[in-house]
Amino acid sequence: MRWFNALIMLLFVALMLYATVDLPDHADPQSPANTHVSPTYIENSVKDTHTPNIVTAVLADYRGYDTLGETMVIFTAGLACVLILMKRKER
Amino acid sequence: MIKQHYQSIIVQTICSLLIPFIQLFALYVIIHGHYGPGGGFQGGVLLAVSIILQRLYLGTGIAHQKFPPKLALALGAIGMLIFCLAGIVPMAFGGAFLDYGNLPLFWIHGAELRAAGILIVEIGIGLAVFGALVLIFDSLAGERW
Amino acid sequence: MVVIDLFLSRYVYFMIVVLLAIGIYGMLGKRNLMKKLIGMNIFQTAIFLFFIEGATKAGGSVPVIDEMLGMEAAKYINPLPHVLILTGIVVGLSLTGVALAFLLRIYNAYKTLDDKAIMANMKESSE
Repeated sequence: MRWFNALIMLLFVALMLYATVDLPDHADPQSPANTHVSPTYIENSVKDTHTPNIVTAVLADYRGYDTLGETMVIFTAGLACVLILMKRKER
Repeated sequence: MIKQHYQSIIVQTICSLLIPFIQLFALYVIIHGHYGPGGGFQGGVLLAVSIILQRLYLGTGIAHQKFPPKLALALGAIGMLIFCLAGIVPMAFGGAFLDYGNLPLFWIHGAELRAAGILIVEIGIGLAVFGALVLIFDSLAGERW
Repeated sequence: MVVIDLFLSRYVYFMIVVLLAIGIYGMLGKRNLMKKLIGMNIFQTAIFLFFIEGATKAGGSVPVIDEMLGMEAAKYINPLPHVLILTGIVVGLSLTGVALAFLLRIYNAYKTLDDKAIMANMKESSE
């Protein structure tokens, strides 16, 4: 079993190292993630929302649905903790 | 259950001095999220940390009288309600869901109205995260409902 | 030389792969459920680091618009991964909280966190 785990981990590391060859370089300004949609956010956030902090503008305004669902997730997690650890009647 | 308060005068003095400043910094982080690093999540976590520090050094007996766990549940629910209302109220004034440009604050216009909507939403997020974290800590530390 | 260039442009990914491997080992190889949870958290952190690493730009400033710097996109690092990871961190936090609550209930029911012992106990009680 130990050898099986070690083999799986070696395979995993080899796969990940092989995958890093195709990734963009460190701090490359022309990488796909940095050129696709983020320049629009950077150039328009002050004009659209009067908020210099682009992270706040994207979090609360452009991607409000995302934040709504995510706030719901953490509030539900708090409720779930209370309900899991609740006192129960012995049956 | 943390029954007793911490038996050291240094820890008690430092904690009781520190807690108001942590809460003030948390409010600063929430309100200043437009112009610097910060926002609702970070400020809510700082607020929750101040309450958790109080629970740790006072023990749950006194700290639950100062800040009852049910109040945390109520504040979290109020935060969720603020967020949902900031989404639903613009629909009544002719906008889309979460379209802060149609909030009924008639003395602000245009892009500044969106900044005000972001502030309302950040306050809601801060309250919700604060309530949820205090709830998680209380139930893990032995409070049974 | 090609290998050295490849290493110098991608060393952050190698560190992240090491963290991912530690997390996988914690989840697969350890038998204590608490250690499995810690491994899952390390795995999560590695993925957060991977996203943040993708956001950096050479010569970019923090994503807060400064009037002295202007509005060009090349002057600021990519804000989008920061937003996604901010939500990701909070979801990971709530996941950890719920998982710890489950671990407490498991420990109260079986008085152990070892997965083999729990499986044996469950088999015994079902027969």
